[in-house]
Amino acid sequence: MILEKGQQAPDFELMATPDQKLKLSDLRGKRVILAFYPADWSPVCGDQMALYNETLRFFHKYNAELLGISVDGKWCHMAFTQTRNLHFPILADFEPKGAVSRSYGAYNEEEGHSKRALFVLDENGVIQWSYLSPEGINPGADGILDALESMAQVKDLNHS
Amino acid sequence: MSKLKLAVSDNDHKIGNTSAKTVLVEYGDYQCPYCGHAHPLLKRLLKEHGDKFMLVFRNFPLQEIHPAAMMAAQAAEAAALQGKFWEMHDYIYEHQDNLHGNSFLDFATHLKLDLNRFAEDWISQSILDKVEGDFESGIRSGVNGTPGFFLNGNFFNKYDATYESLERAII
Repeated sequence: MILEKGQQAPDFELMATPDQKLKLSDLRGKRVILAFYPADWSPVCGDQMALYNETLRFFHKYNAELLGISVDGKWCHMAFTQTRNLHFPILADFEPKGAVSRSYGAYNEEEGHSKRALFVLDENGVIQWSYLSPEGINPGADGILDALESMAQVKDLNHS
Repeated sequence: MSKLKLAVSDNDHKIGNTSAKTVLVEYGDYQCPYCGHAHPLLKRLLKEHGDKFMLVFRNFPLQEIHPAAMMAAQAAEAAALQGKFWEMHDYIYEHQDNLHGNSFLDFATHLKLDLNRFAEDWISQSILDKVEGDFESGIRSGVNGTPGFFLNGNFFNKYDATYESLERAII
């Protein structure tokens, strides 16, 4: 079972490039979308990371940053990022393998890779929405945007 | 299952029987090879069953992996302003291996468009907004790749790159 709405997102620090780490809690004050996915290099045009690369501008409208996470190593991620022209960090849940994915309940023990799971965190790192997709199906971006939109409404209510 | 969030309207490009109850909406990218594969299948579907359904095309350019996709979408929309959307749409897919900045002016010439007007419309803000609006409606409707189809407002996941899978949908 993946972590659900209302739970604090476990903090982590993972390699974002061959020489840079990224710590989740450094993003406090922003909303964060965590997209766990099985592997780089899925062989279709509409792969999930390529799609999200095109939807970043919609995520940014809601003050949300996107982080992709898989068990692929940092060099693999670098090659994938360059090939697909990705404009967001993809993190290597590589050592110990899958530890972060496991802490979110998003690790496939049999296959040894991350499940296809989405989490939307609020400005305080609390999970506001999560979704586990069948591994073979790209879940699209509509669920993420619906979640971000409903959070915006909650915030508006608090201000009024 | 995802639903089409933006209803088909007069802003859409329609072909086939525009008063038919069966409506197939395609979200497509002009540089996507899978859309290129679907194009002749849809042409055949229109030829054989065009009286039974309406086809709507909306733009879903994946710009980062297909550098000419946005320009192509803008070119088709610019042609639409001269009443030749489907002509340009077809011509682009039929020349999908030759899409770059200069090719669209050649296409416009071939289609006998008013070139001055085309060149102006092609890069206009209103056309960019139209393409972006299509894309956003696709994202909000759950399009996760191209071609993405909706049959009567519901995400259609039974297309398997065969003609028969489309034919079964509309008859």
